[in-house]
Amino acid sequence: MSGLPCVRRIGPFAVQVTAAWAATVSTVWAQWAIDLQPPKAEFAQRIYDLHVLILLVCLGIFVVVFGAMFYALWRYRKSLGHTARPFHEHTAVEVAWTLIPFLILVAMAWPATQAVLMQKDTADPELTIKVTGYQWKWEYDYLTLGVKFMSSLATPREQIEGRAPKDAHYLLEVDAPMVVPVGKKVRLLLTANDVIHAWWVPALGVKQDAIPGFVREAWFRATEPGVYRGQCAELCGTGHAFMPIVVEVRTQEGFEAWLRERQLAQARAAAEAQQRFTLKELMARGERVYAAHCSACHQANGRGLPGVFPALAGSKLVLGPAAAHIDIVLNGRPGTAMAAFRNQLSDVELAAVITYERNTWGNAAGVVQPAEVKARR
Amino acid sequence: MDAHTAHAAAEPHGPPAGLMRWLTTTNHKDIGTLYLWFAAAMFLLGGVAAMLIRAELYQPGLQITHPDAFNQLTSLHGLIMIFGVIMPAFTGLANWQVPLMIGAPDMAFPRMNNLSFWLLPPAAVLLIGSAFVPGGAVGTGWTLYPPLFIQGGIGYDMAIFAIHLMGLSSILGAINIATTIVNLRAPGMRLMDMPMFIWTWLVTAFLLIAAMPVLAGAVTMLLMDRHFGTHFFDAAGGGDPVMFQHIFWFFGHPEVYILILPAFGIVSTVIPTFARKPLFGYRSMVYATVSIALLSFLVWAHHMFTVGMPAAAQLFFMYATMLIAVPTGVKVFNWVATLWRGSISFETPMLFALAFVCLFTIGGFSGLVLAMAPVDVQLHDTYYVVAHFHYVLVTGALFAIYAAVYYWLPKWTGHMYDERLARWHFWLSVISVNVLFFPMHFLGLAGMPRRIPDYALQFAAYNQIASIGGFVFGAAQILLAIVVFKAIRGGAPAPARVWEGAQGLEWTLPSPPPYHSFTTPLRMTP
Ligand code: HEC
Ligand SMILES: [Cu+2]
Repeated sequence: MSGLPCVRRIGPFAVQVTAAWAATVSTVWAQWAIDLQPPKAEFAQRIYDLHVLILLVCLGIFVVVFGAMFYALWRYRKSLGHTARPFHEHTAVEVAWTLIPFLILVAMAWPATQAVLMQKDTADPELTIKVTGYQWKWEYDYLTLGVKFMSSLATPREQIEGRAPKDAHYLLEVDAPMVVPVGKKVRLLLTANDVIHAWWVPALGVKQDAIPGFVREAWFRATEPGVYRGQCAELCGTGHAFMPIVVEVRTQEGFEAWLRERQLAQARAAAEAQQRFTLKELMARGERVYAAHCSACHQANGRGLPGVFPALAGSKLVLGPAAAHIDIVLNGRPGTAMAAFRNQLSDVELAAVITYERNTWGNAAGVVQPAEVKARR
Repeated sequence: MDAHTAHAAAEPHGPPAGLMRWLTTTNHKDIGTLYLWFAAAMFLLGGVAAMLIRAELYQPGLQITHPDAFNQLTSLHGLIMIFGVIMPAFTGLANWQVPLMIGAPDMAFPRMNNLSFWLLPPAAVLLIGSAFVPGGAVGTGWTLYPPLFIQGGIGYDMAIFAIHLMGLSSILGAINIATTIVNLRAPGMRLMDMPMFIWTWLVTAFLLIAAMPVLAGAVTMLLMDRHFGTHFFDAAGGGDPVMFQHIFWFFGHPEVYILILPAFGIVSTVIPTFARKPLFGYRSMVYATVSIALLSFLVWAHHMFTVGMPAAAQLFFMYATMLIAVPTGVKVFNWVATLWRGSISFETPMLFALAFVCLFTIGGFSGLVLAMAPVDVQLHDTYYVVAHFHYVLVTGALFAIYAAVYYWLPKWTGHMYDERLARWHFWLSVISVNVLFFPMHFLGLAGMPRRIPDYALQFAAYNQIASIGGFVFGAAQILLAIVVFKAIRGGAPAPARVWEGAQGLEWTLPSPPPYHSFTTPLRMTP
């Protein structure tokens, strides 16, 4: 047994190496995937099977038809001295190749119909989450559980602009994922605040447009705990590529623990709104809020995009009385891309971002406290 | 000097020289030439946009464009390629070929013909100019969906007017072509004697007349919502953004067939020529064309399987869409049967036509996959759809246009083109186009959304391959320009019947045909 200690030492190391190797292989391998993502929910599995079926049917037809075509091209070449037979009609054949495809299609329609009916059956959910699309983030509202939060891109700007190496989940990571329990039927109620977005997580088999002014339904039942990633699938403007979706599927206990934590955090945030903050505190917080919610349009340097998004650096409104500044951020400006942030951000976050805008890029216009924001709601 | 040429020489209305010839022309050949050059110029612009898109997508991260600029590039690329390239190119081919193929002296409404063309350059100026105004060009994709469209700047209004002009041009062109085909056929040519290219264009003309006004209405409603206080597409005012999608696709789906039916006609002309056999199943080809056209008005909402329609609507549009596969299949089977026991040679027009049959069918199959509503839930708005419609429109419509250009170029110019160079063009194009578009199927399946300037790392490999294919494909098109210029400037003189197996009236005229063709009516003997 003298070899054992050696094995013991090598064991964990080997595990580490294998794990690292497996991770690299799986990212490299993922790049060469030629199929749908592995399904991790009931309906996603159904889609997967249906796709395999139709693909095989298509491949079969392709081989037969183009086998015939390439045979003809090879066999009846003029260079072989083949002379043409000028036939140009054959009723029986023509009827056959109208009817046979039709029958194949009828056969295909049967499982597809069942899948459509399954997809549309949103009855008896065990958890309902309202999903709202914003330019360019998502809001999740656990209707009966008193939990509501924003979920936006967590990939840092430097990675996008190539100033830092990209993480494994580049563009597919968020600050706060949606969390759901495994094996439960989760119903989503989808809508949007500004333009049409689409909530899509391939592994869960859900893609549903989120349409401003209307509520649409979708559902999934995850079959395996894990982290599943997706993206907005409907072109929604400048930040369309930058509003990912992350769903964390947990065990029931894991889900409940997360829920308690969230509820506590929300209570803490409500208490926070009564406090007064220093300029430094607000600036630090405001910078983060600005990066997540405003910089896509007004740009990180506050200069906007001429003709589309106004500059905030040196803006008369920003340097003027705080009330007007608070109002435009609270209420937006109807008919423009400037949205109302009253429901998207808390009083503290609003105070922070407004203070940040008033005191950076050479601006200097003083502090705005959460209470002032609250007063103008 | 025989009586005919003496008469022509005495004509006072030969073409004026220089620019005035092109501005004032009412001659179908001149106007056809204008359309084709216009399409070529737009192809260059749309192609530059495509190259920029592929350059940005060469690797993850933002390298050369801002996301706003990227959205404008994809939108302009789509609008230019559809309304500026494929449609004018087909209309140009119709202008040249319809009178020649039905034995007519010219189009039915020569002055309107001039107007139809000359509406296009101002439209192009508006559309492309919109990229240079504050706020830039349309960034919503060619589908113009509100409410995003409502947020845009003045460039969006310019795009609306550009679409109005192009729509008007298409409608006038379609009326002209339909009238010409119905009224100016050589005496004795019955409908069921018409060449397939004429049949497909006749059906296309009716599709255009039915569909283009719908688009004009949709964009006018956008304009009203933007500036005149209406709320057609604004839920806050009682409207519905999804209604736009219904109206748009009620135009948009027939539009898809507007872009492909003339291609079917070209392929049905080229394949029999080089198989030296008549087209198999002429009648069923005609019926298939007409049924595709009718069905195309019943399938629009398959572009909207994820908006959240009720199950019954989802099922109806799924069944109707699957049904289109039947007449489309008939066409493919007929082409293969035309080849069967023929005497086949492989000149460049034939190569493009054969590539069309094969690759268009791949687009057809991916269309069938997308037609399955539940599968479309995964694939809608992904690169799978991008792959699908590029197979149908590039290796479909565009390859058919290439086949037609090579097929009739000797007739138009009187010179044979450089066959060796043309084959290079074909082989480079057909290989690179697959390197470009085939991996996009995999990207879509793996979960890459379309219309994004930046993407997650697992999409890197195929994007790089697609970009390389794209650059080669783009460069290969320079060969086409060289072949065409060479054929215009000279080359072996083309005989009247350029191809051994060619059938049809255009081959009874010398190459190039006289400025006014068929000045005395033909009499067809069936
Ligand atoms: C979707 C793009 C977009 C986002 C995101 C956005 N804005 Fe704006 N913002 C605009 C536009 C467009 C205007 C100009 C509205 C108008 O025409 O009056 C504007 C105007 C403003 C103005 C007034 C500027 C002036 O000089 O008149 C302020 C202040 C402002 N935004 C703050 C914010 C803050 C704070 C955030 C983040 C919480 C934010 N914006 C996020 C698009 C955006
Ligand atoms: Cu979105």
